Amino acid sequence: MANKVVAQLIVQEITPLAADHFLMRFHSDTGLLPVDAGNFAQLATGDPPAVFLRRPFSIFDADTALSMITFYIKVVGKGTAQLTGQKPGTRLTGLYPLGNSFTIPTNARNALIIAGGSGVAPFLLLSRKLKKQGTHVTFLIGAKNREELVLTDVFQEYGDVETSTEDGSEGFKGLVTEHPILSRKGQLFDQVYSCGPVPMMKAVSRWALKNDIPCELSLENTMACGYGVCLSCVTGTTEGNRCVCTEGPVFNHKLLTWQT
Amino acid sequence: MADLSVQIKNLVFRNPVTLASGTCGFGEEMTPFINPDLLGGLFVKGLTIRNREGNPYPRMAETASGMLNAIGLQNKGVDYFIQDILPRIRHYQTHIIPNINGSTVKEYIQVAEKLADLDRIPAIELNISCPNVKAGGMEFGITCPSAFAVTEAIRKVYPKVLIVKLSPNVTHITEIAKAVEDAGADAVSLINTLLGMAINADTRKPVLSTVTGGLSGPAIKPVALRMVWQVYRSVGIPVIGIGGIMNALDAIEFMLAGASVVQVGTASFIDPTVSLKVIQGIEDYLNIHHISRLRDLTGGLITD
Ligand SMILES: Cc1cc2nc3c(=O)[nH]c(=O)nc-3n(C[C@H](O)[C@H](O)[C@H](O)COP(=O)(O)O)c2cc1C
Repeated sequence: MANKVVAQLIVQEITPLAADHFLMRFHSDTGLLPVDAGNFAQLATGDPPAVFLRRPFSIFDADTALSMITFYIKVVGKGTAQLTGQKPGTRLTGLYPLGNSFTIPTNARNALIIAGGSGVAPFLLLSRKLKKQGTHVTFLIGAKNREELVLTDVFQEYGDVETSTEDGSEGFKGLVTEHPILSRKGQLFDQVYSCGPVPMMKAVSRWALKNDIPCELSLENTMACGYGVCLSCVTGTTEGNRCVCTEGPVFNHKLLTWQT
Repeated sequence: MADLSVQIKNLVFRNPVTLASGTCGFGEEMTPFINPDLLGGLFVKGLTIRNREGNPYPRMAETASGMLNAIGLQNKGVDYFIQDILPRIRHYQTHIIPNINGSTVKEYIQVAEKLADLDRIPAIELNISCPNVKAGGMEFGITCPSAFAVTEAIRKVYPKVLIVKLSPNVTHITEIAKAVEDAGADAVSLINTLLGMAINADTRKPVLSTVTGGLSGPAIKPVALRMVWQVYRSVGIPVIGIGGIMNALDAIEFMLAGASVVQVGTASFIDPTVSLKVIQGIEDYLNIHHISRLRDLTGGLITD
């Protein structure tokens, strides 16, 4: 089984992106294990942590040469509030790299990445890989409003960025899954990836099915361990319950029964 | 160097630190983090006669100092364990102890019989305390006659070391412990999780799909210590202490209360290497206190 560690991670920089949205960069003084696009980590939110369990976060960026690892963190409760309130220099522990990764078909020519809110988190590492092999990437990023529509400039380096906001303050007004490019250019894409709220991913899955495009979804079920022993984070699949932490977080959408 | 070995019947554990059923998978999931050969033993995930999908998601809720689970014994069945999993883990140099479950006495017997002749399985843990299944499980563990009956039935078909895992969701745990001792158990392990629940006030809904679930973690340690101490004083067979062990001193406390062996459970979710730290900490404790044999510590609580 692939190597995983309980690592000491040193808080290096916390960058606010919007109210309650942060990029949090850590440094490891013992070197970084290789990470793949789609992997996640289980972070202690403080020392001592304000909550009992660790919190799982997609790996937003990782640089093995510099031993740096970055997470996109949205504050949703006590744990994430404590975590994003840490001071640079603080040491926290994290389990990583956890979970599987996105599959990247070598013959994919036009990939579509649909992200809602903090669902952009796993897609920087993915789009870097896609770009490297010459796959054209279109990002469709949706948020509640302009203020929460973050990191679009970062993704612009890797492809075309289309946006939507629920209040119409930027881009298309409405849900990301109602964006006109889905009906206009839908046939162009030969691979879809998505991460975000479950209703959004369900809509993406229906759309991909209708257009017969391979689609992978990254799920965010609540979990305790993160490495496959507690069996808390299961999702229903055509092959029975599967752990999101080890057999996911990335699933082929056709495998999911979406009973959850 | 201090002697950490402990014994249950004829079974010698190199040290008293084992991993609790349902919190270490089948050991394989732990190997990216730890070498299982260093452990006293592995109590692997609960097995049933047939495949079980467990309860619907959500089946975990974090609480203050602990968590609730309602997994519902998800496993692929005892045959899958024997044919597919055991060949992959049989080389571990530690005791592999399956945790067996059933919804009827007959099912318990069927599972036990299949495990009885396997050379790498020196013992089984009879779980009569799972709070998360509709039929069987805890039902067997909360009255003396049913606890006696299922233990006696397994004793007849299982000649090796038989450990019975007790439920804390009872009025007098000592009565149940005595009943399973009378029925032929070689040891008792306790506690399984405490029945609890969590509510989301905003939605007015239960957090778990099953409404209730089993509480584990440091939140239950005082209850577990009390029960281990009571049971130790009322039975003649060894006691395995479980419940909220997070570090070496927690484990020592269980031994002082009467445990011969301990199981580390929920703590591994937060730190999968914690069991090795517990072993190291116990060794340090023995050295500091000039105790040469760990087993002399069991039941060493000073109450005058
Ligand atoms: C997620 C989870 C799954 C469990 N599954 C089992 C099981 O299959 N069989 C069993 O006897 N106990 C099971 N338990 C109970 C533990 O083995 C242990 O008795 C309990 O969690 C208390 O110890 P702890 O506080 O150290 O976790 C489970 C506990 C948890 C948290």
